Amino acid sequence: MSTLRLVAVGWWLQLKMRSRSSFDGLLSIVYPMFFATTIFFMYRENGDEAALVSAAVGASCMGVWSAVSTTASTTLQGERRQGTLELLVGSPTSFSLVIVPATVSMATIGLWSLVATLLWGRVVFGIPISFDQPLVFVVAALVLAFSLGLVGFLQAVSSVRYRSAWALGSLFEFPVWLICGFLVPLSILPDWVRPISWLLPPTWGVAAVRDAALGGNAWPDIALCLLTGAAYAVIGVVLARRLVDSARVNATLALT
Amino acid sequence: MRTSLRIFFLGGLTSYRALFHWLTPWILIPTFVVGPIFQLLFFAYVGRAAGVGDDTFYLIGNAVELASIPCLFAMGNTIGNERYTQTLGLLLASPARRLPLFLGRALPVVVNGFAVSFLVLVLGALVLHVSIPVAAWAPLVAVLAVCAFSCTGLGLASAALALRVRETAVLSNIIMGVLIVFCGVNVAVSALPAWMQSVAQVLPLTHGIEAARELVAGASWAAVMPLVRDEALIGVVYGAIGMAMLFFFERESRRHATLELA
Repeated sequence: MSTLRLVAVGWWLQLKMRSRSSFDGLLSIVYPMFFATTIFFMYRENGDEAALVSAAVGASCMGVWSAVSTTASTTLQGERRQGTLELLVGSPTSFSLVIVPATVSMATIGLWSLVATLLWGRVVFGIPISFDQPLVFVVAALVLAFSLGLVGFLQAVSSVRYRSAWALGSLFEFPVWLICGFLVPLSILPDWVRPISWLLPPTWGVAAVRDAALGGNAWPDIALCLLTGAAYAVIGVVLARRLVDSARVNATLALT
Repeated sequence: MRTSLRIFFLGGLTSYRALFHWLTPWILIPTFVVGPIFQLLFFAYVGRAAGVGDDTFYLIGNAVELASIPCLFAMGNTIGNERYTQTLGLLLASPARRLPLFLGRALPVVVNGFAVSFLVLVLGALVLHVSIPVAAWAPLVAVLAVCAFSCTGLGLASAALALRVRETAVLSNIIMGVLIVFCGVNVAVSALPAWMQSVAQVLPLTHGIEAARELVAGASWAAVMPLVRDEALIGVVYGAIGMAMLFFFERESRRHATLELA
């Protein structure tokens, strides 16, 4: 119970902290919408309404990944800069349980972008989006955000020794958009890319969101999204333990 | 004159190396090589999925547009980071002439922007198996250089705001988004609503992208010359606006003692 409370309080605290900056808030909503706008124009040119609706759903999920990819990499750098990294490592609480709520809160902020992009598509482009299974859609979107938060957690702990971690984060933005089926069907990607896509939670999460919106059984994809997300979390926990132990032994926690 | 030239060339290069902060391979390769290639691949594949445009269309649009990464961010950093290194006061207290001082910082940025565009064009053509006529390469290189110049003009105007606001990176991201949507990078300008077409005409890159596409389609240098001239002119106008803003914000920050408060 205390673990759940820790995660919930940590998530809420991080969410409030991240919501303070109007600049960051604006960027997390506006930036993915530039790409969504371009995509809406591209699909509108084609004239296929069904494809446009499907693209709108995929484009709406892009912002959730954007909110995580760059910021997650700089999570520990931020703690280091604030002088709180040593306190977090020194506390009796598991280090991972402190970082996971931070990265999940980033994905939560990305959900604003999901809603904003769908509204943008509806109001400005007149895209007729009607949710086939509204409740399942909400569940799928939450699971997608949670799983991306767990991917972000692995990314955060992996980049603890990397001074220019933000560059690593931005590096992953387009590749994940490209190979996880946000807009490009996996079937038109080269064969060797598909197994990589299957290992990434967004592939299943976006498929679940799309199934829930457009009709289809979203539950298997939701389960796979959670499963792959959990695998990333487990790898992240092991890695965090090793990297933090190494940093403590070598006294390099604050030096990178 | 000699001092001004030294400030322009040596001062510009030194500032770029000291303040851009992206010249380490850990940032340079992901940001200027891998990221741009994936942006190109993303839009090329979205184009395939949507059934609009062809790979050449996306290659040219994105290769030209990607010059904006250094042109916007490097310009912002080479002025904005003076505050972080606490040298802004020293810089503005110096008697150095402002024109070579700030324009000198733009020159390495133009070269950087051109290099990114050229690299994406070459690597993108290889990855997407796009064939560009041999005769088109030389004029294409010239167009890329002009586009890097004009985009740096916009970058200078955006960087001037670094004397007033802190978040230049956010501003650069938003300007880059505007360029992607408006300038015909992935959607032909003619397919945009009329008001967006009008805005596109006064933005850098629009004319350059059109010229580059015409060259690849077989047009001669003489045929695209008016577009290249307009692109260069737009760069000059934005550069002049940027310099005027720098003079204005510098004077205002002196009058109100707000140099370190932004």
